[in-house]
Amino acid sequence: MMTGLLKERERQIVTKGDGTFDIECSKASLAGSVSQRACVFCGSRVVLYPIVDALHLIHGPAGCAAYTWDIRGTVSSGPELHRMSFTTDLREKDIIFGGADKLYRALSELIELHHPKAAFVYATCIVGVIGDDIESVCRRVEGEKKIPVLPVWSEGFRGSKKDGYRAACDALEKLVGTMEPEKPVHPYSINILGDFNLAGELWILEEYYRRIGINIYARITGDGRVDDIRSCHRAALNVVQCSGSMSHLAETMKEKYGIPFKHVSYFGIEDMSAALYDVASFFNDPVLLEKTAALVKEELEKLMPVLEFYRARLTGRKAVIYVGGAFKAISLIKALRLLGIQTVVVGSQTGRKEDYEIMAELCDYGTVIVDDSNPIELATFARERGADLFIGGVKERPIAHKMGMGFCDHNHERKEPLAGYEGMKNFAAEVYAGMMSPVWRFARRRGEK
Amino acid sequence: MIKSACDEDCRATVRLKIPDASDVAALTNPCKLCAPLGACVAFKGVEGCIPLIHGSQGCATYIRRYLISHFREPVDIASSCFVESATVFGGANLFNTGLDNLISQYRPKMVGICTNCLSETIGEDLRRMLQDYRIEHKKEVLPALVAASTPSYTGTHADGFHIAVRSMLAELSLPGLEKVKGRVNLLPGFVSPGDLDHLKEVITAFGLDPMVLPDYSETLDGGFQEEYSKLPEGGTPVERIKRAPEAEATIQFGRALAREEGERLGGGVWLERSCGVNCYRLGMPIGLRESDEFFHTLSMLSGKPVPARYKSERSRLLDSYVDGHKYLFGKRAVVYGDEDMVIGLASFLAEIGVNPVLCASGGISTHFADSVHAVTRNLGNTFDEPVTAINDVDFDRIFARAEKLKPDLIIGSSKGYKLARDLDIPLIRCGFPIHDRIGAQRILHLGYRGTTALFDIITNALMQVKQDRSPLGYKYI
Repeated sequence: MMTGLLKERERQIVTKGDGTFDIECSKASLAGSVSQRACVFCGSRVVLYPIVDALHLIHGPAGCAAYTWDIRGTVSSGPELHRMSFTTDLREKDIIFGGADKLYRALSELIELHHPKAAFVYATCIVGVIGDDIESVCRRVEGEKKIPVLPVWSEGFRGSKKDGYRAACDALEKLVGTMEPEKPVHPYSINILGDFNLAGELWILEEYYRRIGINIYARITGDGRVDDIRSCHRAALNVVQCSGSMSHLAETMKEKYGIPFKHVSYFGIEDMSAALYDVASFFNDPVLLEKTAALVKEELEKLMPVLEFYRARLTGRKAVIYVGGAFKAISLIKALRLLGIQTVVVGSQTGRKEDYEIMAELCDYGTVIVDDSNPIELATFARERGADLFIGGVKERPIAHKMGMGFCDHNHERKEPLAGYEGMKNFAAEVYAGMMSPVWRFARRRGEK
Repeated sequence: MIKSACDEDCRATVRLKIPDASDVAALTNPCKLCAPLGACVAFKGVEGCIPLIHGSQGCATYIRRYLISHFREPVDIASSCFVESATVFGGANLFNTGLDNLISQYRPKMVGICTNCLSETIGEDLRRMLQDYRIEHKKEVLPALVAASTPSYTGTHADGFHIAVRSMLAELSLPGLEKVKGRVNLLPGFVSPGDLDHLKEVITAFGLDPMVLPDYSETLDGGFQEEYSKLPEGGTPVERIKRAPEAEATIQFGRALAREEGERLGGGVWLERSCGVNCYRLGMPIGLRESDEFFHTLSMLSGKPVPARYKSERSRLLDSYVDGHKYLFGKRAVVYGDEDMVIGLASFLAEIGVNPVLCASGGISTHFADSVHAVTRNLGNTFDEPVTAINDVDFDRIFARAEKLKPDLIIGSSKGYKLARDLDIPLIRCGFPIHDRIGAQRILHLGYRGTTALFDIITNALMQVKQDRSPLGYKYI
């Protein structure tokens, strides 16, 4: 029997059906709890990272840059500057005398060398303490090099990963509206916010939108381009996935430029179809809706027999979902249900109360809903609820594998697209492979009699 | 003869000026991690130990993720989770809460605490905080608490590793212990769990009783358990570390470690000076010569000859050298990674006729170039081309040099993959990190056995190149 659950975390863990649903969340991680969360810098870095023609310079000691070098499986159709990791590599004497000069030289040299369309300068913990005037260095270089140079206020200690999303949106907001589109903008143009083109997922979505007569103007930020973002205030609609990371930018653009936005998710059949219908109906054109209906029908006709194969073999399994963003957890509950799999534990690093309430609504009684969890909790709940499948990221994988649970990576490092109808098929295949391998005949999988 | 050897020495190694940090404004693709990562790895090699990073939360998470991708094992590392107010007013409260929570959750035998750039810069005094914590909890039985100062802006993960090892010895060693016959300490440096297993086997075969610090052979390469164990089995017991001064000698691997007082001073030298335990400073035992030194040292310490089994391993290694030498002679390699691993590999390559034309590292040891020079000379090779040894460099600079050198193969961590792909040459994955293959924890680099394994991998990679590039597709090579 595993013990060691922390009393101070009790209110961040709720079991559906145990009284009124009142989960505590959006708070700093408890010291010593081994949270699965990263930091503010991480939040900013993951959001801005996929802008492929920008320079991403991390102002701090080399570690922060080394740990995030080419870390996401986010794909570019053109430049690949984002796959390089740049750092001012602050050393002891920079800490004593200040790193602003080094930052200036680093920025100037790197811009000279790589000709980026813009530069983002990430402040790390230490910079917040030694007080380098990043802002004025950025302005100076911007004046000299004639490209936008934007500070990102991502000092690790200034909150959680979610505050890092906000800092990234603040930087993006400064870019938006600084350029006009070269060509007239298609009347049915949308910006995609919050898809990071992991394993080329955005291209799958782009193809769906194209088929129903909608044009994507700016990709923010997967396969993103600086100039598209600068001029994206001329698109008709912002379509926001990953609401946690990108809602702030959508809200600001609505305020500033009157661009409405819609929240969508592209995971699972229900959410994917709803996304297309929602966006199509926004333009008030019956042709778009007809095309959407045709697309959904066509895709489902292809997909359903395949899913039926998996469903027949996976029905009755029990899953733990623990991911970064709550929106994904919500989609995953539905996607798993399509495969006949019940979610018995679900949680996220950065969910809001509203998100957890949706999860509670979707799940069966007895499901554990948890905010900002840690390995001991996840292992305990998984065992208690008899889960035999875990959907998570790199840090969760060894927990699942050690316990004899099937695992599906639904995080930055995935190499198979999991979005859209095609993604649902891949997801089912991944889960199936994770559950059905004959290795579980030797290393006994949980739930196996 | 003597004269020509001297000439050879003079041209064998071009010593480049180690670029001062002030000459380099930016790093592109760093060839190093930060000190807290190394400290956490070292702490993982103690039985029942959980590492705690005093500072902001991201560091623990990034380091966990980085280590999990290499070892493919759970790696729990706690953080005191600094928030803004702690950065302004100090993190003592978070430190205390963090320790309380960690101890109540994990029931560890030891907490290995290290700092990071944030807590160091705001001047957190770990020793004092620990002292206060102990006083406050004097009625309880506390786990061993060891603190290491590892600011991320000083040195690399290799330095963090050695600092943690030294801190453990300095804080845990008991005074006034009598020597115990047959006891030896081994401080192997950052090697693989597979290497650690092998080293323990070898030392034990000499009838010696080793205290290996750190020993993460099981904690970072555990078996299938059907359960998530909070603190994986294995590791050196705290009690054994306390008794390190009982040993008759310490064997410390690492030519790049400092020889005089300073941050990089290895734990072995510390033990020698503070507790009078003789320290034998050896290179990483890769290749015949460095392995011979290791085995001879063990033979001397135990008073026993090299056991038959290892004599036979040595003999087979020689046999392989002879069988494979034609495929290797005159080939040129680029080697990069942690300094001591690079020095060991360079020594090995030089003895099999492969010229390590570029030996590079992100580390900052002042002994790196000298050591590479020392281990690659005097082999009577007829290489005209000098060996370049350069440290304190990033991957961008390593790649730029490598592209000009047009080597036949590269040896190092998985981070050289792009270079190998661009140059269409084999990458032999060694050391740390290996994020794009399975089995990094099992790679054996050390001793006659490890060298034989590396020799086969390297020779086969070059044989495959020959085969693949041949229009005939030879079936015999």
